[in-house]
Amino acid sequence: MIAELGLAALWLAAALAALQLVAGVLALRSAGSDIAALVRPAAVVQGFLTTFAFAMLVWLFARTDLSVKLVAMHSHSIKPMIFKLAGAWGNHEGSMLLWITVMSAAGALIALAERRLPERTMLATLAAQGFVALGFYAFLLLSSNPFERLPVPAFEGNGLNPLLQDIGMAFHPPTLYVGYVGLSVAFSFAVGALVTRQVTPDFARAMRPWVLGAWIFLTLGITAGSYWAYYELGWGGWWFWDPVENAALMPWLAATALLHSVGVLAARDALRAWTIMLGVVAFSMSMLGTFLVRSGILTSVHAFAVDPERGTFILALLAIYIGGALAVFGLRAGSVAEGERFAPVSREGALVVNNVLLSAILGVVLLGTLYPLMTEAFGVRVSVGPPYFDPVGAIFFMPMMVVMAIGPFLRWRRDRLARVQSPLILAGIVALAMLALALALATPRVLPLLGLAVGAGLAAASLLALRGRDVRRLPLATWGMVVAHLGIAVAVMGMASESAFTKERLAALRVGEAATVGPWEVTLQEVTPVAGPNWNAIEGVMIARYADGAPRRLAPQARSFWAPPTETNESALETRWNGQLYAVLGKAADGGRWQVRLWWKPFVTLIWYGGVMIALGGLLALIGRVRADLKRRTVQRKAAERREGMAS
Amino acid sequence: MNAVKPKHQRLALVVAAMVALIAAAVIATWALRSQASYFYVPSEIVADPPGAGRSVRLGGMVENNSIVTQGDGVTIEFIVGDGKARVPVRFSGIVPDLFVEGSGVVAEGRMQANGTFYADKLLAKHDENYMPRELDSMTAAERDAAVAATTE
Repeated sequence: MIAELGLAALWLAAALAALQLVAGVLALRSAGSDIAALVRPAAVVQGFLTTFAFAMLVWLFARTDLSVKLVAMHSHSIKPMIFKLAGAWGNHEGSMLLWITVMSAAGALIALAERRLPERTMLATLAAQGFVALGFYAFLLLSSNPFERLPVPAFEGNGLNPLLQDIGMAFHPPTLYVGYVGLSVAFSFAVGALVTRQVTPDFARAMRPWVLGAWIFLTLGITAGSYWAYYELGWGGWWFWDPVENAALMPWLAATALLHSVGVLAARDALRAWTIMLGVVAFSMSMLGTFLVRSGILTSVHAFAVDPERGTFILALLAIYIGGALAVFGLRAGSVAEGERFAPVSREGALVVNNVLLSAILGVVLLGTLYPLMTEAFGVRVSVGPPYFDPVGAIFFMPMMVVMAIGPFLRWRRDRLARVQSPLILAGIVALAMLALALALATPRVLPLLGLAVGAGLAAASLLALRGRDVRRLPLATWGMVVAHLGIAVAVMGMASESAFTKERLAALRVGEAATVGPWEVTLQEVTPVAGPNWNAIEGVMIARYADGAPRRLAPQARSFWAPPTETNESALETRWNGQLYAVLGKAADGGRWQVRLWWKPFVTLIWYGGVMIALGGLLALIGRVRADLKRRTVQRKAAERREGMAS
Repeated sequence: MNAVKPKHQRLALVVAAMVALIAAAVIATWALRSQASYFYVPSEIVADPPGAGRSVRLGGMVENNSIVTQGDGVTIEFIVGDGKARVPVRFSGIVPDLFVEGSGVVAEGRMQANGTFYADKLLAKHDENYMPRELDSMTAAERDAAVAATTE
């Protein structure tokens, strides 16, 4: 019964999305018609229905209802409850349901709360949202029904891929999805504004919280995903340029560019067409990511549901959305392009350069990700990895960091570089000092050296931007920018430090023997079997000392899961302020020895602290913007009341 | 600088963006041609070996009874075959969980002048359904033949 309720709610929601689209379009064609009154309620009820359907699916997983195909395929009665619940979205059908749930909940929120946009733009936006949602409903109901029953209930479930049985992995996909879906809202806004030709600063202010919100979640999702890959896969790396990682990075790059251009539009009424274009591109990138991950066209640790038919479906949706949006853009861009002018050396100018460089990085990543697919069509098998992405990405990222250092000092509209040169010279000195320090410690390669120097310079410049300002009066949005830019600097320095100074040690140790890696001495104390709720493991207990300091206990495991039968490696980490010791237990070697792999990674944690700072910066900006908008609205309302009072 | 006409400014922006994107495309294409690590199966790498020191990927089936562990306990040598050719591979490190004889593997590393492939990294399937994508073009029959050839 529960599954049928969920399915019914989903069909009803799909019908409401169709109503939202048709009513919206009809209302736009005949101004002032009553049918417009249907659009907002349709969006609100749709949001409730999908949330209900999703709750039903989670309930089915919580009860491990094995008469439902999805549950039988991806769950197991002996799994811990938290992973039973996470199992609801740890698979193709469930994650698509989560996607549409978040999307229609966002639609409901716009319908209830958004009052800044002109009514017609609002109608067009909700109609566009209904259109986008309809494609996903069709996908779910026609080819990926999560509530499908089995003819005969299964005796026991298949279990969840153990790699996904990790608390980080349970919350990582929803985080990314909220980001993707936030971009779909930004897309709907862009299409809505194009249709009614109302690309104004007010529109930008309405769109900005959605872009910011999506960007915060994407940032958190990428940061968490990177840390998960780092400790769960046991390879000791934090970024692999895996196509699925790129699938999340590309929308983030586009959203970052969009965030900055929507800011220019809101503050200065410039970059109108460019902002709309980025809105379309950002959502295209999240759709492309979904396509790459879900189509099975790429194999990856993260990709599930290898199914060409579904891939074709998503590709068709992608073509319809993007093709449609680009067609509208082509027809209307000319009529919205007029904007305020600015000189090349100005805040706007810096933001344009930032946008162009971000787009270039996006292009580089996109090309590298799709290149193997393109050459395969000609029968040439190629794999593209760090030797391509690292240097080519850096060619554009390093100058972008320099622009990020300069931009915040510049005034809107027109400025002179001479006016802002003293803090920049200071930042340059900091960068050179860091360069000298890094060279004194080791002789790393060019890229890590540049990363350390430019990162230090950017950190200094970001802090110097606060000089001479009353920090207690500083708007939250400005704080947000400073914290986010500082986060980029911190993350880049972490990446550079990891690749410049990491020490690795690979050894086969008998119990009682020790190995050294960097400043650490690690002794293998014992190797014992341990058992978990649904796995057995061999655990290697190690005692690690940092430069004769206090002993620390590390216990990496090699785990064997029962359902499905899989082996995984649980690394062990010892974190200090200046870096992490990373230990992996390998197989038994002859002579009673055990393979042990150790890494000492100085300042590696800065990578994820930086990521969190970037997201925090976004959050501060979001709070600041929303508060400023509310205040503006109150002031406007009071002014309107006063005018009315005077008139009467 | 005087304020420019809006039309000219828009044109300048578009031109700047185009130049940057074309530059990105040119640099990326050039880098892809020179840096992309190409994928080889054993018969290809034997027939036409890549230059020494160039990073490439070698994919095939691990021959049965071919894995030999060296005295240091962490270095292994094994044979990768595709039914037509066999390449010795040397790897130091902890092998992936599902690296077993008679199964598919992709080794990332460099071909040495002595005909041995020195691997920096091994990629094996992550679960029973996963086959390294690059091996997809080997038909099931070819894979079986490769495994059979290696058991003799």
